[in-house]
Amino acid sequence: MSAADFDAIVIGTSAGGIEALSRLLPALPAALHASVLIVLHLPRDRPSLLADLFAPQCALAVCEAEDKEPLQPGTVYFAPPDYHLLVDRERDGSVVLALSSDELVHYSRPSIDVLFESAADAYGPRLLGIVLTGGNQDGAAGLAAVHREGGRCIVQSPDEAQAAYMPEAALRRGHADEVLTLAQIAERLSRL
Amino acid sequence: MTDRDSSAESPADRSFEIELKLLIDAIYLKYHYDFREYAGASLKRRLLAALERFDCATLSQLQDRLLHDTEVFPQLLDYLTVQVSEMFRDPDYFLALRQTVIPMLRTYPSLKIWVAGCSTGEEVYSFAILLREEGLLDRTLIYATDINTNALARAAAGVYSVDRIAGFTDNHRRSGARNSLSDYYTAAYGRAMFDKSLRKNIVFSDHSLATDSVFAEVQLVSCRNVLIYFNRELQDRALGLFSDALCRKGFLGLGSKESLRFSRHADAFADLVREQRLFQKQDFAA
Ligand SMILES: C[S@@+](CC[C@H](N)C(=O)[O-])C[C@H]1O[C@@H](n2cnc3c(N)ncnc32)[C@H](O)[C@@H]1O
Repeated sequence: MSAADFDAIVIGTSAGGIEALSRLLPALPAALHASVLIVLHLPRDRPSLLADLFAPQCALAVCEAEDKEPLQPGTVYFAPPDYHLLVDRERDGSVVLALSSDELVHYSRPSIDVLFESAADAYGPRLLGIVLTGGNQDGAAGLAAVHREGGRCIVQSPDEAQAAYMPEAALRRGHADEVLTLAQIAERLSRL
Repeated sequence: MTDRDSSAESPADRSFEIELKLLIDAIYLKYHYDFREYAGASLKRRLLAALERFDCATLSQLQDRLLHDTEVFPQLLDYLTVQVSEMFRDPDYFLALRQTVIPMLRTYPSLKIWVAGCSTGEEVYSFAILLREEGLLDRTLIYATDINTNALARAAAGVYSVDRIAGFTDNHRRSGARNSLSDYYTAAYGRAMFDKSLRKNIVFSDHSLATDSVFAEVQLVSCRNVLIYFNRELQDRALGLFSDALCRKGFLGLGSKESLRFSRHADAFADLVREQRLFQKQDFAA
């Protein structure tokens, strides 16, 4: 796993996710080439403060995704509450963010599966998918899609996760190239 | 390597992309609905859901049914389009309209408003109620358009399940309501029927932002949560229609996560209330 391997990193998490991300995102190096897209399950009826929360901790720009925004390298995008976040390829070949208010998936909007599956289509083997702590099975099918399209998959060790269900489901249904602790994932990311 | 192997996609998915394109072309040729410039990733998901619903193994099978059984398309349309809506969705948008746009609209002797992509009507009734409360409904004509004719028929009926009324009421209150929402509907048998007088000045019509043209000059266009389903080109087409339809200094409102930033028409509009995605058409030097 080296710096040039990935154009995008997708991360999915729910319960315990804020803490887990507080350990991972600060590890991302300022010179990161990949874009980072994150779905964290949150209440649907409130504005999300995630970008404001994480921006001061990160060496990279952190923002809430906007529809049709061209993906920038070295930028962290959070899915806004109550919208699915997807990755689309425009006619001219450029990759953009896309939002949708399609039905909930696994009771969630945004859904991790929706992000991961569309990113797998857009990036194929140049994608790194990471499933972290969480209390439902969202992300498992998504991680399977990342693997099917040749991307790399990391799952947080369920033993360590604040909520083990999501990483366990990802291991059962999806695929993991590596099962790692947060400290190990952070270390991997810092070398990208 | 030849061009032929340069695709990174797995073989199965490549066929899916081909079938998807053929299906969308078939729909266009046979039914004249143009989904060719819709945002691809979410369209793909909705078609995967349709495969299950119609019990088809492949999009080619679905295409076969679609071409030879004309009852399939109207049902498929409900999968191709997304009918999620609420009354006074994002109350702050309607509050900003009351505070910022309504005072300027008052200066016109008569008004025309276009609600594009009105779905089952929730947004249009929100406008009618807001305009009634602001004393403007009688001099306003509202054009409510959509491509989904099932949705339009439901919009014209103005009947919603009472389960949804608590949410609508809360939204309405937060939008700066002057009356209680219950003043505008009667409830019976689990359904809330909105007052006929609200739709006296509403014209519902089948109109596509992808294929149709401008039909009137209006002071305000509200098009919310429709553009996110389009790719950049089609967004630009729709925004071009809005710009052409709007009178000088006319107003445009978009959905809470939609923006003009990435559009060719960004310069045609100025921010009016940035967080609520309210814009005003700019004058150009001749
Ligand atoms: C998610 S709903 C939005 C409803 C409402 N505006 C709101 O924000 O609550 C999207 C609507 O756009 C309509 N739509 C999709 N493509 C369209 C097109 N080309 N022209 C007009 N309406 C379209 C769909 O049929 C659907 O009713």
